[in-house]
Amino acid sequence: MKSNDVILQTATKFVLFIILAFSVYMFFNGHHEPGGGFIGGLMTASALVLLLLAYDIEMVRNILPVDFKLVTAAGLLTAVGTGLGSFLFGVPFLSQTFDYFTFPVLGELELATALLFDVGVYLVVIGVTLTIIQTIGEDQ
Amino acid sequence: MTNFVILPILIPLLTGIILLFFPKKVTFQKVLSFIASVLLVIVSVMLVFQVHNNGIQTLELGGWQPPFGIVLVADMLAILLVSTTSIVSLAVLLYSFYSIDAEREKYYYYPFFQFLITGVVGAFLTGDIFNLFVFFEVMLIASYILIVHGGTKVQLRESFKYVLVNVISSALFVAGVAYLYAVAGTLNMAHLSERIGSLETQAPILTVIAVLFLIVFGLKGALFPLYFWLPASYAAPPSAIAAIFGALLTKVGIYSIFRTYSVVFVHDTGYTHQILAVLAALTMIFGVVGAVAHQDVKKILVYNVIVAVGFVLFGVSTLTEEGFMGAIFYLMHDMVIKGALFLLIGAMVVVAGTSHLKDMGGLIKHHAQLGWMFFTAVMALVGIPPLSGFIGKLLLVQGGVSAGQYWIVAAMMVSSLLVLYSMIRIFLNGFYGKIQLEHANQYGSTKGLLLPSAILIAVSAGIGLGAEMLYPFVATAAETLLHPEIYIDAVLKE
Repeated sequence: MKSNDVILQTATKFVLFIILAFSVYMFFNGHHEPGGGFIGGLMTASALVLLLLAYDIEMVRNILPVDFKLVTAAGLLTAVGTGLGSFLFGVPFLSQTFDYFTFPVLGELELATALLFDVGVYLVVIGVTLTIIQTIGEDQ
Repeated sequence: MTNFVILPILIPLLTGIILLFFPKKVTFQKVLSFIASVLLVIVSVMLVFQVHNNGIQTLELGGWQPPFGIVLVADMLAILLVSTTSIVSLAVLLYSFYSIDAEREKYYYYPFFQFLITGVVGAFLTGDIFNLFVFFEVMLIASYILIVHGGTKVQLRESFKYVLVNVISSALFVAGVAYLYAVAGTLNMAHLSERIGSLETQAPILTVIAVLFLIVFGLKGALFPLYFWLPASYAAPPSAIAAIFGALLTKVGIYSIFRTYSVVFVHDTGYTHQILAVLAALTMIFGVVGAVAHQDVKKILVYNVIVAVGFVLFGVSTLTEEGFMGAIFYLMHDMVIKGALFLLIGAMVVVAGTSHLKDMGGLIKHHAQLGWMFFTAVMALVGIPPLSGFIGKLLLVQGGVSAGQYWIVAAMMVSSLLVLYSMIRIFLNGFYGKIQLEHANQYGSTKGLLLPSAILIAVSAGIGLGAEMLYPFVATAAETLLHPEIYIDAVLKE
């Protein structure tokens, strides 16, 4: 029997962007409020899981033609890379710094190198979650 | 250079990450991981000399001073073990090139090998007890994958038990850390050591925590009666992986007992170290009973891993300089020689086509090199003078006698004899006796499999012959352990 998922699929099209926006908000907020790379990454992954539920693996692969194992590796490389920067400046490994910058629209913002480490965490969490789900979900 | 101390952790970690990008390019994987392993050996040996010349090296991660940040401490004990680890891992890597099949190599074998080394080295170098837990998990998760990697039936069954035991012991580890943090309010080992000295009234709960940590590390390091998981699970994976497990993984548990029982928990040594001594003696006895009882070459060797745990921990429990030095010598020797023996046994199983002693025989006819290398390794294991096992055992006996533990020294001598019996039985039955092989390469060839073990046997002979040269290094390590003030001063810089 061919099932009709039109309600689920239409709702997903709207809800997906709300979840993605919220996950990015969570990610950038981590320094001053609850949030950060881990929860942000999990939420982004959960948005993609919703996409997997509403459509199928092939569809998600067409939308996001990336190998999530490589996303994990890229995240790890980013996180370790922020530590490697300390070799250039002659400071202890994983030292961090921050400064205030003025942007055209957003005004004055604090930018910390800890964010770069968090980008690594974010990518690793997305990569690992989706690798697990896709590997289990695929038929042999 | 500021960040020199972290290089032994960073090299395998970064290599592992880069290898994740190219899983199918096996040649590239081999070349890069070989370069990284050689680099690790060079860096860690350089660190040994740096520690020897300039005293304990520390690195405050992120520039946060201890006890507030995580600090990496390269004292002599840690860095000697890191160097030994790097040499063993290089040899096992070379062995993997020839013994691990292409199917396994394509599915992230080398990255996980590097992550395992990252975990082991990190556990040796850290100066923070929660960071130690994290590196334990890095090491264990990589080992979970390597033990099941390939997915044969026996591997699946044994990895299930292995994971179950280690998850439970990790949970106990966290509970122990939580208790310790509640009592002492700090997680930095040097700071803990200092705090515990001033917490006289809390002594009973600290003793309880000390025993809890003994249970945790005893589970990781296979101490009696917590070694039950080890024999079957170490016999399951391919011999390269078994070698790295047998040579390194239990040693991290032993090192942790070594560290905590000489730096942190020294408030009630009469009780805690007596327990340790008795458990060490029982570990030797029960390990050697297993080694004598089995007919499977892999099982015999795996039970010998347990015996060595007993020897080293007995040295720790004596709290004398000779005992500590003996334990350090024996620990280094055992990492090298267990690596060599696992690799040789692996080669034996390849050429004999079976791991059962009754089905082997006469291997010496076609594989004389293998036979005599095995014989040399056995002599080193038991402690025949020119080779590496002798000096460690001698110092252990001296330490035991000066601590008045005559019964345990006697148990040690007897179990050494039985270790010799169990291993020489492999030699006599497997290499002599009725010839089962018609042609040299009837079941498989030893191509490339002998060189790694030759390297390790050479290192073992080096430890034995160069004991005089190695002595000042080990003496420094033992002195730091005997006088925790040196460690505390180096870390907290008071």
